[in-house]
Amino acid sequence: MPETTVILDANAIGRALTRIAHEIAERNENSAEVVLVGIPEGGVPLAQRLGKILSEIWKHAVPTGSLDVSMHRDDLDQRAAPKIHPTEIPFDVTGKTVVLVDDVLFSGRTIRAALDALNDFGRPKKIQLAVLIDRGHRDLPIKADFVGKNVPTAANEKIHVRIGEKDEVVLERK
Amino acid sequence: MSWNKKHLLDIESLTADEIVTVLDTARAFKAVGERAIKKVPALRGKTVVNLFIEPSTRTRISFELAAQRLTADIVNFSADASSFKKGETLKDTAKNLEALNADFIIIRHSASGAPHFLSRVVNASIINAGDGAHEHPTQALLDAFTIREHKGKIAGLNVTILGDILYSRVARSNIWALTKLGAHITLCGPSTLVPKTFEQMGCRVTHDVDEAIRDADIVHLLRIQHERQRKMMFPSIGEYTTLFGLNKARLAKTKPDALIMHPGPINRGVEIDSEIADCARSLILEQVTNGLAVRMAVLFLLNGGKGPQEVSGN
Repeated sequence: MPETTVILDANAIGRALTRIAHEIAERNENSAEVVLVGIPEGGVPLAQRLGKILSEIWKHAVPTGSLDVSMHRDDLDQRAAPKIHPTEIPFDVTGKTVVLVDDVLFSGRTIRAALDALNDFGRPKKIQLAVLIDRGHRDLPIKADFVGKNVPTAANEKIHVRIGEKDEVVLERK
Repeated sequence: MSWNKKHLLDIESLTADEIVTVLDTARAFKAVGERAIKKVPALRGKTVVNLFIEPSTRTRISFELAAQRLTADIVNFSADASSFKKGETLKDTAKNLEALNADFIIIRHSASGAPHFLSRVVNASIINAGDGAHEHPTQALLDAFTIREHKGKIAGLNVTILGDILYSRVARSNIWALTKLGAHITLCGPSTLVPKTFEQMGCRVTHDVDEAIRDADIVHLLRIQHERQRKMMFPSIGEYTTLFGLNKARLAKTKPDALIMHPGPINRGVEIDSEIADCARSLILEQVTNGLAVRMAVLFLLNGGKGPQEVSGN
């Protein structure tokens, strides 16, 4: 049986997202330029939560979308073909500050794929990265702008971010 | 969601789950085709060969564009310009293509089983683009995709396939795909072209067109395949049109939401009246659009390697 530890409960996740939203608001003075794009599956509900908090801070709606990165991955011929999730970006990203949102930052390869995939939709003015968990072990020179929690991990551990009926982040050891 | 196959040789050997995986994946690729930039790098650096030993335009172009939109390199190899006329065997041709590091070979051949043979003699992924009267798997997948997109489901639908069933690989692949997904298939056409033996594939066979289309949700028309008929199987084209052609009077007897499909090329005035081919209930051109998405999905899935899918973030 794998050993599991809850590293963030629902309250802690809520506080982390509120803090990230305030940091996004502090960093981006022109709120009309900011759009949120979640990376499926984990980043999409987090982007929606952040959008809700930011719209309360800024008193206006914040456009929120989702960006599937599976067609831009660098390991497509090395494992079974991935399930492709919907991409929904119902706004123009050109000239905008796009905040990419993901649940866990690990190797950085997903984010590299996301940067490429986003390019097909326009030319953002800036791209920033928000993640709930940074677990280290980067393969690429990629760094998050906004981090909910840094969690030092071993390579054989897994992090499960569950957002829905019961929010929690769980660390699993093999 | 599951896909571990290296080749797409036929529909017969696919599970319902695998068929649904192709359809779901194709939906994402259809969305790519609607963007300003219609190209993704999923097959960057891969080489695809269109090996068409039997003439075809639409299927070849569809595969060609599918490969290009996935950023693969594609070369066309057709029977006319090829070494077949100089006496080279299919195996030797395929071995030559393999020596050029082809990752995918898309084959159309007049002999049933040619793709299966190739899959045993070369290492490339083989895609069957039509083998004799046996199967045409991507056509059936795009037809299933089109039906699902319009009707929201396939299970429980009545699909009538009308025309030359005996010589039709499209019919066979469609029968496999749609019955696996739970549709009820009725086959109709001249008794020489729609033998009762098809009942063994789980279909209903009738030679009365009005009865065949009365309860249909989908009327799928097939072209009369002159090139595959060794002898005339019915007295005349004119008689076929009178007895089995889809015209306004016949269409009026179908359910008001019944939709019309045809794999093309259509023979206006033979199996289908011109105005029906162009009417709002005709999905013929959508089938072409969806064919591109389905072929991108097939290439994408076959490109996947062994082993489990990655779990997000870990």
